[in-house]
Amino acid sequence: MRVAAPVVASLLTLIVGSIFFASLGHDPLPTLYAFFIEPLNSLNGLSEWLLKASPLILIACGLAVGFRANVWNIGAEGQFTMGAIAASGVGLFWPNPDSVLLLPLMFIAGMGAGMAWAAIPAFLRARMNTNEILVTLMMTYIATLFLSYLVHGPWRDPAGFNYPQTALLPTAALFASFDPAYRLNPSIFITVVAVLLMWLFTDRSFLGYKMSVSGAAPLAARYAGFRESAAVWIGLLAGGAAAGIAGMAEAAGPLGQLSPQISPGYGFAAIIVAFIGRLNAFGIVLGGLLMSLLFLGGEGVQMTLGLPSALTRIFQGILLFFLLAADFFIFYRIRLIRPARDTHALETA
Amino acid sequence: MHPRLELRNICKRYPGVVANDDVSLAIQPGEIHAVLGENGAGKSTLMKIIYGAAQADSGEIFCDGNPVAAHNPATSRALGIEMVYQHFALFESVSVVENIALSASSAFHLPSLAEKIRELSLRYGMPIDPHRQVHDLSVGERQRVEIVRCLLRTPKLLILDEPTSVLTPQAVVKLFETLRQLAAEGCSIVYISHKLDEVQELCDTATVLRNGKVTGTARPKETTSLELARMMVGSKLPEMHVSPPVPSEKPVLEVTNLSVKARDHFGVDLKDVSFDVRGGEIVGLAGVSGNGQAELIALLSGERTHGRSDAIRISGTPAAGLRADERRKLGLAFVPEERLGRGAVPSHTLWENTVLTAHRSGTVRNGLVDRRKASAFAAGIIDRFKVKANGPASTAQSLSGGNLQKFIVGREIALQPKLLLVSQPTWGVDVGASAFIRQTIVDLSRAGAAVLVVSEELDELFEICDRLLVICQGRVSPPLVRKTTDREEVGLLMTGRTMSKDQMASGSGDVALQD
Repeated sequence: MRVAAPVVASLLTLIVGSIFFASLGHDPLPTLYAFFIEPLNSLNGLSEWLLKASPLILIACGLAVGFRANVWNIGAEGQFTMGAIAASGVGLFWPNPDSVLLLPLMFIAGMGAGMAWAAIPAFLRARMNTNEILVTLMMTYIATLFLSYLVHGPWRDPAGFNYPQTALLPTAALFASFDPAYRLNPSIFITVVAVLLMWLFTDRSFLGYKMSVSGAAPLAARYAGFRESAAVWIGLLAGGAAAGIAGMAEAAGPLGQLSPQISPGYGFAAIIVAFIGRLNAFGIVLGGLLMSLLFLGGEGVQMTLGLPSALTRIFQGILLFFLLAADFFIFYRIRLIRPARDTHALETA
Repeated sequence: MHPRLELRNICKRYPGVVANDDVSLAIQPGEIHAVLGENGAGKSTLMKIIYGAAQADSGEIFCDGNPVAAHNPATSRALGIEMVYQHFALFESVSVVENIALSASSAFHLPSLAEKIRELSLRYGMPIDPHRQVHDLSVGERQRVEIVRCLLRTPKLLILDEPTSVLTPQAVVKLFETLRQLAAEGCSIVYISHKLDEVQELCDTATVLRNGKVTGTARPKETTSLELARMMVGSKLPEMHVSPPVPSEKPVLEVTNLSVKARDHFGVDLKDVSFDVRGGEIVGLAGVSGNGQAELIALLSGERTHGRSDAIRISGTPAAGLRADERRKLGLAFVPEERLGRGAVPSHTLWENTVLTAHRSGTVRNGLVDRRKASAFAAGIIDRFKVKANGPASTAQSLSGGNLQKFIVGREIALQPKLLLVSQPTWGVDVGASAFIRQTIVDLSRAGAAVLVVSEELDELFEICDRLLVICQGRVSPPLVRKTTDREEVGLLMTGRTMSKDQMASGSGDVALQD
């Protein structure tokens, strides 16, 4: 049943999507084809597909570690942004711009910044029992505004015609593409490693076991003496690290510089990916590929058919909605009770 | 006159097992009818069929002489059949009256429903405050909520599944009065139990099941318990061997002047609790549920810590500030009262649930869970404790309460603890398995372990304990030696009636020195 829900949700999303296209005056079948098939018809399409799936999968893997323990990190977008900022900072200002150490240093900086950004809500939750959902979400806005401040102010490229963006990163600070014609680069191997690590952690390690007990039965975790605060710290730091690395890979990959808009919403979409993937490493890979296709398809029909760009977000929303609904109807049954004023209906029942 | 309920030739098969094989029985109006049998004898399946939660493969059901076609719990309730399950179905986060309102089949009005609950519960001698939150209620109190929920519908047939396992002797007497009162008013009662003395005291007729078949029908008041037990078990019952204790010189568990404020309004403050448990002996803690047992147990197990570390010592080490796993390193093992969600993770498999506490016994290596070791560990428990399960890969929630209890007790004993803490060791466990669990606990203590048993069943405590403590309103009595005390003395202490002021005063510092 756990596997059925994402499949049912995906099918329902397609059906509602078709109705949606029809209402916009487009024949549903060709539009669906343009949305879901056409983007993958070329090598470039495949390259873009994997390129966009990579950060989604990477972030979702980190988030799922926390989600399994009921630690709700909703702020991956902010941790992604901080990771991109820190990595770009190293890339832009490192004394030796040709150093081979530049990329590894940026990796560490990105990961560290993501973790540091997630450590704040972790500390607040573990020490003061604040709600991490709210704190992580609010910190996303701080990160976004911080990025905006940097690219409009101190980090603005003096030679950039006053555009709010930094200078281009030096070549040594960039992942070289596999092929100059396409944008896909070796950073996808980081994601592959992350998926394997995530699988090892959740399915095989004792630490991952403890986290799953904390999530599934908090009283049993207390009975066994597993620290609740450990689950909070690990859950948030894992998400922060993954999002920070994804931010670094994005800056050192397709972006090459910072601007106010560096993410099409990867941090939020990854939450949906984690749930479509049932918080399972390999499920997340499939979920990430699907979500990436929604991004690509949305861009595609925007260009070819002139459909609104909000379509991608709408599809994401519909998909999440149906996933939650499918889960709900699998685990619960709805019973209607007539309202009453002041009767002893129980007596007659 | 037609029987209130009649079953004819009921058969029910599940893949691999015949749960009910040609079962027939008749229950008259106003009759209290016992259904006796061990775990897995088919009692629960039969009750589900009566209640409509499962359908028989063949056979007929008649209610007041009318055949009942395919039915479900809703139609059963319309026929006046109500059931009190052994596992309560209550929402913890809302109040008593809201819980009852949620299960209402139609309209309700909260204030008048609350008033009705209060009246009805008082009338049947089991008062509950309808506005209390369920998570604050003890297990015994939760059961009252379930019973009152059924009584609100003035049932014609009430099914009770192991109702007394969580009650004190006094409360059992009260419950029996309630049930007799109900029967006298014409309500038929189906009483599922494995406690022969209770069945003999209460029930007019008994149908005994074994392996899904009726092995006999008896008038319990005219039948000896041995005969009934043989019908149930089918062979001779194991006898308990309790050799005299050889207590260690130094106590393994020492509690000194432990006082704790309750964490919420409805909890119980612990007041200056002191006692000790030595290696080689079993100490029992008797008391009506909701008198501070939950608080004391949480403090002893490490689920709750205490600021003054030497208030609790394990083998001499101050332990009150240590977490549960740190205390386990000192040799503590613990069987909690709640099996699902506390003693075991419901959605996890049995082998995963062994890792919960046995992670120091080879099931974890280099930070990785060793599935083969954990499975072997689980299989060993299943084998030794005759747990009815489809092997180590079945989930904890798929096991019946008694079988899961066997598994958890087995897991904790397999850890070879120096100090075993057990809460309600045989609640809902059948006769044969109870005897086995008790014997295992006795054997563990005689091999040198210190054992503290918290139970609301006096018979059990008197059977295995060497010394008894009684807890009442957060105070623990001085220890009583089992051989020189009796049920009346303990029963009275449980209600706090004979606790004179001097005794309460001496219940503090001197207790540890006594003995």
